[in-house]
Amino acid sequence: MSDYQPLERRVITFPFIVLGIIGLIGLYFLAHRFLFGIGSVTNLNEGYPWGIWVVYDIVVGTALACGGYALAITVYVLNKGKYHPLVRAALLASLLGYTMGGIGAFIDMGRWWQFYNVLLPWQMNFNAAMLEVALCVMAYIIVLFIEFSPVVLERFGARDLMKKLEKVLFIILAIGVLLPTMHQSSLGTMLIVMGYKVHPLWQSLHLQPLLALLTALTMGFSIVVFESSLSAVGFRRTPETPLMTGLSKAIVGLIALYLVIRFGELLFRGKLGLIFAGDLPSLMFIIETALFVFPLVVLLSEKGRKNARTLLYAAVAMLFAGSLYRFNAFLIMYNPGHGYSYFPSIPELMVTLGIVAIEIMIFLYVIKRFPVLHREEHA
Amino acid sequence: MKRRDFLKASVGGTVVALSGGSAIARPNLEPAPEAIGMLYDSTLCVGCKACVSKCKEVNGMPPTIRGEDVQYDSALDLSPQTLNVIKVYRDGKAEVKDSETNGFAFEKRSCMHCVDPGCVSACPVTALIRHEQTGIVTYDADACIGCRTCMTGCPYNVPQFDYNNPFGEIHKCQMCNQAGVERIDNGMITGCAEVCPTGATLFGSREALLEEARRRMALKPGESYMYPRGDVRDPISSHERAVPSYLQHIWGEKEAGGTNVLHISSIPFDKLGMPPLPDRSYASISETMQHSLYQYLALPALALGGLTYVIKRNVDDDEGGEK
Ligand code: SF4
Ligand code: SF4
Ligand code: SF4
Repeated sequence: MSDYQPLERRVITFPFIVLGIIGLIGLYFLAHRFLFGIGSVTNLNEGYPWGIWVVYDIVVGTALACGGYALAITVYVLNKGKYHPLVRAALLASLLGYTMGGIGAFIDMGRWWQFYNVLLPWQMNFNAAMLEVALCVMAYIIVLFIEFSPVVLERFGARDLMKKLEKVLFIILAIGVLLPTMHQSSLGTMLIVMGYKVHPLWQSLHLQPLLALLTALTMGFSIVVFESSLSAVGFRRTPETPLMTGLSKAIVGLIALYLVIRFGELLFRGKLGLIFAGDLPSLMFIIETALFVFPLVVLLSEKGRKNARTLLYAAVAMLFAGSLYRFNAFLIMYNPGHGYSYFPSIPELMVTLGIVAIEIMIFLYVIKRFPVLHREEHA
Repeated sequence: MKRRDFLKASVGGTVVALSGGSAIARPNLEPAPEAIGMLYDSTLCVGCKACVSKCKEVNGMPPTIRGEDVQYDSALDLSPQTLNVIKVYRDGKAEVKDSETNGFAFEKRSCMHCVDPGCVSACPVTALIRHEQTGIVTYDADACIGCRTCMTGCPYNVPQFDYNNPFGEIHKCQMCNQAGVERIDNGMITGCAEVCPTGATLFGSREALLEEARRRMALKPGESYMYPRGDVRDPISSHERAVPSYLQHIWGEKEAGGTNVLHISSIPFDKLGMPPLPDRSYASISETMQHSLYQYLALPALALGGLTYVIKRNVDDDEGGEK
């Protein structure tokens, strides 16, 4: 008998319908994009080739989907089996987040019908971080589907197939840890070639991949804490505090390391003064740093780690911190000069919101019909 | 290797690699052996925009028309329909040409045909190619997936994606040598250099143009000089003119690894809209990082081996525990 079971509740609820409507609006504008071009929907322009579709759906979205990655490291690499109860929900969220990231990349792709060129060895440019990101994200989506497939097989009672899969699952798990490590750091590398267009407070050149990887991991752990403490607070379940305490410690370590490297780079390259320049970049930097420091302070205290509510606040702050860091580096603090500016259009925003809404709908459906959540969690 | 040791080793390896492991640092690329380029002398330019019109004719692009004025191409900036544009610097009363204060000056914006092009480095599918001999950077629409990474990677914001076409593509100056045009291969010069009445846009090899630029730098203001038109080595014609006071700076000699299109002027280039670029190309830093991390995929393969071993052990442990 499995330790997991579906949350047998009604699928069609009021929030579900609202999400459905948002999803439909998104799909409407998406149809526009394919019929009349990207320009008919977005505010992208000569100076800003990437807007929220790339920066939210891919750069931030895949980091928010790093829960499966972070837990896989904890459970399988560091052998902390006690975190196992959380793995399936985290995996599902990652699977959906990455799939949506992949779809986001596709709809943003100006020449999508030639997308297969990424897969042709003679076309590949191994100097380009973008190639690495594209290939690894594609491969990782497949890996996530395989990692998640036992859930589906279990639901339909395909026992033999499941046994066979379990024999080779370890190698899939290993690839599943490797791929995000690769493409999350390469996402950072993509900032290097943008050079001066990225504000000096965010242009750390050689350190970009490391900072990107650290934020991906921190966000991955935080999303697990977030999902778990949210259901504890929201559905009045017993919080899984011992598990959460352990994850919190990991987050504290990662944030500390991140801050040391981040400020070390600014100090080393003599850019600390820019923090106090009193302009928009300095303001954004201060907000971003505060969002990193808050969870650090909360989670350092024993009391903070044990309380579901403070845990939730800390996790939310951390998610905002990591997201803002990436938004700043890729978009808000990206300045191509020549007076170019960008702010997303309403239809452009609706497409992103629509995608997120559909993602949540699928998540809700799956946890209600497939054995994803751990038994004790909702006994 | 014990798991702890393995983790330490792989973390250590990653840190070394991430810190830019200098042993395999990739330096700036060198100019192509027969690099072809252009020299734009802002002080010679009269803003007639003959070059803009000719560019559109060669590339089969419609003129940009604003208001009633149909005599001139009035494109304001680069766009999918404008690969070459003349911009104006203005200060105060804007009365004196080539004066930084109360003056005005012209500046040409078009692909600089970088020696170490960011666009080429960033394109995942090799749709942008730097020609081995001529250094000309051309575009292959059949390869392009439209991801627009080239736009983020170009220090001059040159590549332009046609957002308003559902089947749009990237547009940029290809030095009149793209398939179907091939002026350079056929022994001709670029369209803009051919029609420029003053020689402000001059065609030639990068070497010859650098030489010419250095010669002009060395002249004394007020001296008279024979300015060539068309091709620097084989001018269509020449005209005599008093030498202005040049800024001692050849843009594109060193900037971000240098460019094949060089600019000279008498007012500082940042005033003309040139970006703040260090000598080391961003492409070289980016590729250094990419290759430190993925040299022959050795690091990922090693990491995968280690991870597989550790995970297999841990998964087996778990199963053992359950029995
Ligand atoms: S054709 Fe020559 S003079 Fe006329 S705008 Fe172009 S560069 Fe200037
Ligand atoms: S100016 Fe831009 S588009 Fe032209 S070669 Fe350089 S990087 Fe590429
Ligand atoms: S838009 Fe086309 S040319 Fe530019 S980087 Fe992407 S694939 Fe390469």
